[in-house]
Amino acid sequence: MSILESILFETIVAGTPLIIVALGQLIAEKAGVLNLGAEGMMAMGAIAGFAVTFHTGNPWLGVLAGMVAGALMSFLFAFVVLTLMANQVASGLALSIFGVGLSAFIGKPYESEILATVPTWRIPLLADIPIIGGPIFNQQPLIYLSWAIFGGIAWFLYKSRPGLLLRAVGESPSSAHSIGYPVIRIRYMATLFGGAMAGIGGSFLSVFYTPLWVEGMVAGRGWIAIALVVFATWRPFRVMVGAYLFGGVMVAQLFVQGSGLEINIPSQFLSALPYLATIIVLVIISRDQNTVRLNAPVSLGQPYRPDA
Amino acid sequence: MVIKNKLAKTLVTTALVAVASLFSATSMAAENVGFVYVSPIGDAGWTYQHDLGRLQMEKATGVTTKYVENVPEGPDAERVIREMAKRGDKVIFATSFGYMNPMLKVSKQFPNTAFVHATGYKMGKNMGLYNARFYEGRYLTGVIAGEMTKSNVLGYVAAFPIPEVLQGINAFIQGARSVNPKAELRVIWVNSWFDPGKERQASLTLMSQDADVITHHTDSTAVVQAAEEKGKYAFGYHSDMSKYGSKAHLTATTHHWGNYYTKVVKAAMSGNWKPENIWGGYKEGMIALAPLNPAIPAELQSRIASMEKQIAAGTLHPFKGPVVDQDGKTRVAAGQTMSDGDLSGMDYYVQGVVSKLAK
Repeated sequence: MSILESILFETIVAGTPLIIVALGQLIAEKAGVLNLGAEGMMAMGAIAGFAVTFHTGNPWLGVLAGMVAGALMSFLFAFVVLTLMANQVASGLALSIFGVGLSAFIGKPYESEILATVPTWRIPLLADIPIIGGPIFNQQPLIYLSWAIFGGIAWFLYKSRPGLLLRAVGESPSSAHSIGYPVIRIRYMATLFGGAMAGIGGSFLSVFYTPLWVEGMVAGRGWIAIALVVFATWRPFRVMVGAYLFGGVMVAQLFVQGSGLEINIPSQFLSALPYLATIIVLVIISRDQNTVRLNAPVSLGQPYRPDA
Repeated sequence: MVIKNKLAKTLVTTALVAVASLFSATSMAAENVGFVYVSPIGDAGWTYQHDLGRLQMEKATGVTTKYVENVPEGPDAERVIREMAKRGDKVIFATSFGYMNPMLKVSKQFPNTAFVHATGYKMGKNMGLYNARFYEGRYLTGVIAGEMTKSNVLGYVAAFPIPEVLQGINAFIQGARSVNPKAELRVIWVNSWFDPGKERQASLTLMSQDADVITHHTDSTAVVQAAEEKGKYAFGYHSDMSKYGSKAHLTATTHHWGNYYTKVVKAAMSGNWKPENIWGGYKEGMIALAPLNPAIPAELQSRIASMEKQIAAGTLHPFKGPVVDQDGKTRVAAGQTMSDGDLSGMDYYVQGVVSKLAK
């Protein structure tokens, strides 16, 4: 692979966990639920995925386990904030801490274990396209899944009736309730979906990406995904752009460092560049106040009492 | 638990301290020794090596040891150290750079306790320092790298541009160039001690830029694993990491603190401890190489073995002149060796490093 091809390849790999997690969060937030626990849910997804893959030898069972673990964590959160009406911000932070800690506890025996690398899937013909073919169509299978998730979510939100309902619940839960829709149940489902996606994102890290398990390996990616949703003004396509941009700038700065180019920029600044570039670009493309108003879920983070 | 949230860190540490103080109220054993660790012990790495040292010392001296792992550097560290001093620990070892100021502060309040701090530069009336000459091992791995490379490109994944890390980088390429003048080194800073994802990405980047022998100064095993996957060579660091890549792992620069801990604790028990500034290497047994990979030719293996002896005897110094930096400036003249003062202030790359260091 040429340098350009490896940059492209690595960019897609680095962006993928962010896309999966952020799209899941986007669905939950569109329904009005702000779950700051992505870091914890990813960590649980990572250890569940790693442990199951380690024992069964099947990475797909691992992804499934990660998904279930993430969903279970988000169920805990949903119960606390939707049924018990607790504060979403505080509960989400608690979930993050709890998930990271619990995953470390469960993961102790797996710290020295390693998994076989999952081979890439080569898509015939498309992978033969010069330059972009290899990096895009000869990738780890979960990357294709992330595109499928993106397509599904974009269609669901903007083209389907349940998607419209989900957005209605996020905009005005009382209106949705008054015309007979089960607001709390819909929010439960959206939150569980967000958790399941975070779990898949976590298992991608531990099963496909590194592949190893050590505590703290999520290393802040859950928080980046949450920020990405906000900066992308709750639009799936912008989430995807932002995630790849973040991954791309990160990979590119590593290449620049290794190349020995004569640049007098401290490496600390280069490391901060992905964050900076992503925020600037997303703020610029989302600077239109109307877009923000149209897309930000009005009831985000607010508890809803159907009987009130 | 690695916890990102500041508030949570404080809460957890407070809880730990509270639990620790409950125990200290009941235990009257005078022969306690406390250890403060910056990360979880885990299965390999910096803290793991310190814990091996603790266990060895415990066996050799019969004292009871207690440790607190994952203590954030800063005010939390001060609380943990003070609590250990309060419960009557004779000796307290703090094993990370950021514990320096908290420990110095606490040491003044407990004049009868021996405080020992790793990798810092401030001493006190009852506070000593210790550190190891990691660069000695780095030099030898550099020699192996220089002989084993086919592309003449080596790679280094590094955490932060501080003198200790730069010593390792420069010693590595000095070693490589001593046997292979064509060798060059690419360095990538990930600006994190621990982020397996990013460490892996940096390794892949280096290998795509033709590096065929890579090493790292970060805290996970991701680099060795990435090399194994791509069929390249790698060196471990801190601990023997061969189980993470049996083909790739040529050897590792490993740290050994057990003898030193035993010496300090024995001295403290007999009342003879005085604060010292120890910077030990091969000679003191603080540095060693992990078992060499059979892929390394026997001739090279025996050469490495004799170089280990020379380093221990002081006849071979990784920074023996001429040492020329990247800009062509001579840092050590021919025939001389670099002083410890210059070593600990290192802020440049030597010749052979392709990457540039921003000034």
